[in-house]
Amino acid sequence: MELITIIQILDSTVRLATPLLLACLAGLFSERAGIFDIGLEAKMLAAAFFSAAVAAMTGSVWLGLMAGIAASLVFALIHGIASITFRGDQLISGVALNFLASGMTVLIARDWFNEGGRTPALIDGGRFQEITLPFANALADVPVLGPIYSELLSGHTVLVYVAFLAVPATWYILFRTRFGLRLRAVGENPGAVDTAGISVVRLRYSAVLIAGLLCGLAGAYLATGLAAGFVKDMTAGRGYIALAALIFAKWRPWYAMGACLLFGLLDAIGNRYQSLELLGLPIPTQFMQALPYILTVVILAGFVGKAIPPRAGGQAYVKER
Amino acid sequence: MSLPKWADVVLIPLINLLLALFVSGLVVLLIGEDPVNAMQIMVKGAVGSTYGWGYTLFYATNFIFTGLAVAVAFHAKLFNIGGEGQAQLGSLGVALVCLALPWPHWALALPFAIVGGALFGAAWAAIPAYLQARRGSHIVITTIMFNFIASALLVYLLVGALKAPGMAPESARFPEGTFLPNARDIFALVGIKFARSPLNVSFLLGLIACFLVWLLLWRTRLGYEIRAYGHSEPAARYAGIAPFRIIMITMLISGALAGLMAVNAVMGEQQRLLQDNVLGAGFVGIAVALMGRSHPVGVLIAAVLFGALYQGGAELEFETSVPREMVLVIQALVILFTGALDNMVRGPVTGAFLHFGRRRPKIDPAE
Amino acid sequence: MTGHSERGRPAAPDAPAIELKGISKAFGTVQANKDISIRVMPGTIHGIIGENGAGKSTLMSILYGFYKADGGDIFIAGRKTAIPDSQAAIAAGIGMVFQHFKLVENFTVLENVVLGAESGARLTPSLSKARKLLTELAAEYELNVDPDALIQDLGVGMQQRVEILKALYRQADILILDEPTGVLTPAEADHLFRILEGLRAQGKTIILITHKLREIMEITDTVSVMRRGEMTATVKTAETSPEALAELMVGRKVLLRVDKAPAAPKQIVLDVENLRVKDDKGVERLKSVSLNVRAGEILGIAGVAGNGQSELLDVLGGSREATGRVTLNGTDLDLTGKLSDARTRRARGIAHVPEDRHREGLILDFHAWENVAFGYHHDPKYNRGWLMDNDALRRDTEEKIAKFDVRPADCWQTAKNFSGGNQQKIVIARELERNPDLLLVGQPTRGVDIGAIEFIHQQIVALRDAGKAILLVSVELDEIMSLSDRIAVMFDGRIMGERLPSETTERELGLLMAGITDTDTPHTVQEVEANLAERHGKVQ
Repeated sequence: MELITIIQILDSTVRLATPLLLACLAGLFSERAGIFDIGLEAKMLAAAFFSAAVAAMTGSVWLGLMAGIAASLVFALIHGIASITFRGDQLISGVALNFLASGMTVLIARDWFNEGGRTPALIDGGRFQEITLPFANALADVPVLGPIYSELLSGHTVLVYVAFLAVPATWYILFRTRFGLRLRAVGENPGAVDTAGISVVRLRYSAVLIAGLLCGLAGAYLATGLAAGFVKDMTAGRGYIALAALIFAKWRPWYAMGACLLFGLLDAIGNRYQSLELLGLPIPTQFMQALPYILTVVILAGFVGKAIPPRAGGQAYVKER
Repeated sequence: MSLPKWADVVLIPLINLLLALFVSGLVVLLIGEDPVNAMQIMVKGAVGSTYGWGYTLFYATNFIFTGLAVAVAFHAKLFNIGGEGQAQLGSLGVALVCLALPWPHWALALPFAIVGGALFGAAWAAIPAYLQARRGSHIVITTIMFNFIASALLVYLLVGALKAPGMAPESARFPEGTFLPNARDIFALVGIKFARSPLNVSFLLGLIACFLVWLLLWRTRLGYEIRAYGHSEPAARYAGIAPFRIIMITMLISGALAGLMAVNAVMGEQQRLLQDNVLGAGFVGIAVALMGRSHPVGVLIAAVLFGALYQGGAELEFETSVPREMVLVIQALVILFTGALDNMVRGPVTGAFLHFGRRRPKIDPAE
Repeated sequence: MTGHSERGRPAAPDAPAIELKGISKAFGTVQANKDISIRVMPGTIHGIIGENGAGKSTLMSILYGFYKADGGDIFIAGRKTAIPDSQAAIAAGIGMVFQHFKLVENFTVLENVVLGAESGARLTPSLSKARKLLTELAAEYELNVDPDALIQDLGVGMQQRVEILKALYRQADILILDEPTGVLTPAEADHLFRILEGLRAQGKTIILITHKLREIMEITDTVSVMRRGEMTATVKTAETSPEALAELMVGRKVLLRVDKAPAAPKQIVLDVENLRVKDDKGVERLKSVSLNVRAGEILGIAGVAGNGQSELLDVLGGSREATGRVTLNGTDLDLTGKLSDARTRRARGIAHVPEDRHREGLILDFHAWENVAFGYHHDPKYNRGWLMDNDALRRDTEEKIAKFDVRPADCWQTAKNFSGGNQQKIVIARELERNPDLLLVGQPTRGVDIGAIEFIHQQIVALRDAGKAILLVSVELDEIMSLSDRIAVMFDGRIMGERLPSETTERELGLLMAGITDTDTPHTVQEVEANLAERHGKVQ
């Protein structure tokens, strides 16, 4: 395989991994605080629609981004109200929100644009533009490193860089700040946090809202960066793949990046090659599509080291004597 | 501090449902339609004619099976989100049975199709069940993953081995000997005119399934063990109930029930294997089980309600600018209010009962 | 956050450190605290004693801002203080050591101490500051603990120290301890009391919640008694006696000893040889346990919780696999495989009253009648062919309810709505009415009111007198001493020795419980602790 092919595949990997990574980090914040979030899909989808819709109407991708984040935050808030305030089942709340987003986005899309559940295609200022890193063009001809810099590292939209910078940021927040200490504590033993005089409710809401923010970025990137507009159910299970990546990463930021890049790579290869052969055996594309899910099951089965979720995950906190 | 039973099983679900419908009404209002009018169209469309009833009960049949699947698993405290995938595999099982022989008569084909659907559905539930029971892998996540894998598997088969000549990724049409008697034909036998609809004998199968599930859960030792395990695993172990056995059996029953949906949808209506033949019914089962409080009678009522919702939703799209997705929104709101926001209603209702009810002296539950 | 800021409370030496006036609290229809008032002077140790469910923990939870009182006032150092949450309690100088520790297991000691009392948004400076302070505190109060150890690697005694350090780090002047000795050996408890005395000498005020009369007499200056949510008396400890306190607790004269005739042991019913059990992590929980129980005797297993007693009951009861050899009436029991389950054990004539009725013994959401079949639901008399015979089951339940005086006598009542004592009676009725050859019984009177305790003890003794073998596990040394005909002490998965109740003392049993077998020579607390620490190191 030629270098340029490899770089193209990796470039596409980075793009495809970006929404996964943002959503995965969203899940990381939420689940580290003890709130299971299978509604990542919902928040991304809502953000994708509203960012595209507002970008289409105003012509400004930044306003779109704001709208996307706002929509995602609303969904996060509902999840918080259900699972923190009313101590409802976090999984059921997530399931409900996924349906809600899937139905609402199309419903509103039809009402606003009357284009069968999609938004108009975004042009110019309605999309995020690719950023060319300094000297990218000048260095393009340097062998090996040149293409890597100019093709692979340069030329992405701003959200891609945000996503990858979010990884060290997440690590720092989680392991080097007071907030992170408390966040991890509330996911392990909320009783310890409560008796230390810290509000469990406020901490968990912050975590859920950070998840909302990150999912907002992920959804906005899908509709205004990766694609040019919203189409029905455009997240196509990415929220679940992000969840799978989170488990794969055992709830750790750097590993999350690795897992998302891996799943992005699978996606990129699947997109590029309609038929693949490995050691003379043809691999159906459907297998490539199902691979992230299969890998997650294998991880969950504990054949590749056991994934232990935060101890208080999924349980509402009830004060007890 | 416990509520009277009737409040728990009737009043609270009813309030939850009304809240969900109220919010749905707001959504309808938001997109510029009259919610009262929309409601009328839906009710009329769903139950205003034998045509409407036919579709309502046809959808309800699907939801009975997927709802029972979720409900049975709930009793063992297992959240089976995999009904969708298990139903897909069930459809494969039913299709393989139907395509295997030139069946002479439906009555001969039906038992085999039932076995095929149940077996395949159960098999698809078996792997997540095993992983949960032996390796502690969270069944919610594994069953979600298995939904995606099932759909990839079905696509693979329908563009490959099972593909019929032509463009569409679908199987050949089933032989005529597998066509199930339709409601119209059955009613015609007794001289009643019933409009053409996909409602077929599988509905009766659904009713039988409800009864059998009730019998299983509340009248058999296995059901007793399933419920006991669902309440407390250490207690089950103490009582000599093997968790592994319960998880496996419960999930096999659950998967089989989900798989049986295909008898109605694939054998009863589509009469061929399509790429997406479940159409979200596996997920509706979650809403149905939640609303029906995991009781077969509740599931039956909730399934008919959701059947009416689906049929009414189709009519709504036909007559107004409210698209079909409205149904999805209502479904989401029902799950949200009955499943996740239950305490929002339960708290005030319990308070009201405490306040207005007779202040019977209660014994302090142990500290 | 307020780790070391000035609280600026006036020094008023004559004002009580804490004064509660007319505190009331109801949960639904249950009145947990009724118009409670107490005064605790600074620099004293004040005991609060009462039965389970008397409302002690609720009262202290109100003081710590965990619950909001329905009425009443709290005064700290003479000043009326509102305590809406734990933050306010901490700010008012109150620290609490809960019965179930509130520690993050996979955090270090240092992180746990700092949590909630960080000095800034960045963690590193907070931690280094805390490390210094922690070293000082540890030296001042003899509370040595490795700041970098993970909580999950520490024994319970050490974990308790971390809890105390947490409170001191927050500059607590008032320390509340809820049943602090429940998980400690007598020697560890002694050490804890020395620490508390040291704190008192430094002017700290301590509230000790317990249900053990002995501890009250040993360490407190004053004591308040609670019964059914009410404060029945507050007295100087020096001016009262255990008998008087017990009477105040229960509201009538209490028999502190069990009436029983000498045992008449016959043939060996249960014979255990070389029993070994490993847990999920591969740690050995039972290390070659051998013992036997004869017909017509009660063998009591003494020991601090977590030394293998639960595993022993689990294995014999059939909910855990093991290696070794166990015979019942001379025939082997399967210890692994399908026939090692609880159902088979029951069929062989072993009944089991589990240690934790909420976790194991009952399905709390089932009706009383469904619980009466629990474990015996395969019994032909409860079944008709494929289906269960619920009518027969209900009839049987009504008989048992009448015979064991379960209240309310309603077989449709849900198990969770019975009081602790009545729940335990349902379990006892179910297991004893089987007329088993061997009865396994764990913590028979935990969380049970004194009236029911007497009844349950009588039932167990009656079964013994009927010639059955009984294996009793209890962490209450008093219960072991008064019920057993023979006592075996467990420590670290081993039987450390057997004694006759008439020929031993609590001190001797206490040393055995800490793993020290040469009980004749004197031992210091440090030795006992070293022994316990070594054992914990091995467990890890």
